[in-house]
Amino acid sequence: MSAHAATAGLAEPEGEESRDHSKDGPAPVRIVVAYGFWIFLLSDIIMFSALFASYAVLSGQTAGGPAGRELFELRHVGIETLCLLFSSYTCGLGILSVERRNTRGFYVAFALTFVLGATFLGLEVSEFVGLVARGAGPSRSAFLSAFFSLVGLHGLHVSAGLLWLCFMVAQFAAKGPRDFVRRRLLCFSLFWHALDIIWVGLLTLVYLMGAR
Amino acid sequence: MEEQDKPSGSFAMYTVGLAFALLLTGASFVVSQTDLLWAPGVPAGLAVLAIAQMGVHLVFFLHIGTGADNTNNVLALAFGVLVVTLVVAGSLWIMAHLNANMMPASAIMEMQR
Repeated sequence: MSAHAATAGLAEPEGEESRDHSKDGPAPVRIVVAYGFWIFLLSDIIMFSALFASYAVLSGQTAGGPAGRELFELRHVGIETLCLLFSSYTCGLGILSVERRNTRGFYVAFALTFVLGATFLGLEVSEFVGLVARGAGPSRSAFLSAFFSLVGLHGLHVSAGLLWLCFMVAQFAAKGPRDFVRRRLLCFSLFWHALDIIWVGLLTLVYLMGAR
Repeated sequence: MEEQDKPSGSFAMYTVGLAFALLLTGASFVVSQTDLLWAPGVPAGLAVLAIAQMGVHLVFFLHIGTGADNTNNVLALAFGVLVVTLVVAGSLWIMAHLNANMMPASAIMEMQR
C-alpha cells in the first residue's frame, strides 16, 4: 500500500509537468534560432579570448622595436570607438523599425549602420597601413604579431558583418519582412552587437592600457 | 503565417544603453589619460569600466535579461564567461610563472657553448 502511495505521489507531479509542456508547446522558432546563434557568438568570443590571452602575454615583448605607447593615437581610436558604438545603436533601431513595419526607417538605419561600420574599417585599415609604413608591421616583434592578429581578426569580423548587412538589405528588399528574413535580421543584429562588445575589451586592453 | 510579435527592446532601451555606453567609454578615456586615479590602480579601474560596459551592451543591446525565455541564454553566457576567464587568467598566470622561472638568456648561451 505504501508502494502504491509512493507511485501515486510520483505520478502526480509528472502528470502535471507533462500537462504544462503540452500547454506551452515548443518554444517559438525565433527564440530557438536566437539561442543557437547566441551559442555561435559565445564560441566566437571564446576564440577571441585565446587571442586576447596571447596579446596580454606578449604585449611587453617588443624585441627592441616600438611599443604601444609610441604607436597608438588615442584620438584616432576614439573616433573608431564612436563609429562602432553608434553603428550598434542604429542597427538596433533598424531592427525596431522592422518590428514596427517601418520599411523606410529600416533602410535609413541600416544605411547609417553601413556607413559607420565602413568608416570604422577605413580608419583601422589606414592605421594598419601607417604602422607597416613606419616599419612596425606584424613581423617586427611578438607584440606587433599579437596586435595585428587580434585587431585584424576583429576587423575581418567587421568586414564580414558589412557583407552580411548588404546581403540582408537586398534580401529584405526582394522578399519583404517575412518571418525568416526577420529572424536573419535578428541574428545579424546579435552579431553586430557582439562585435561591439569585443571592441570594448580590445579598446581597454590594447589601446587604453597600451598607450599609457 | 505571421509569428507573434514579441518586442525585442524599445527605442528608450537602446537610447539609455547608448547613453550608458558613451558615459563609460568617456570615463575609460579620462581614467587612462589623466591622473584622476592613483597610477597603479588605473588598469584595475579600466577593467572595471570595460566589464561594466560589456554588461550594459548585453542588457540594453542584446537583451540578455531575467525573462523566462532567457534562462538558456544566461546559462550559455555563464559557461562562456567561465571558459574565457580560464583561458585568459590561466594563460597570464602560467606565462608569468614560466617567465619568472626562466633561466636568463645569457645563462642559456653559456650552456650551449
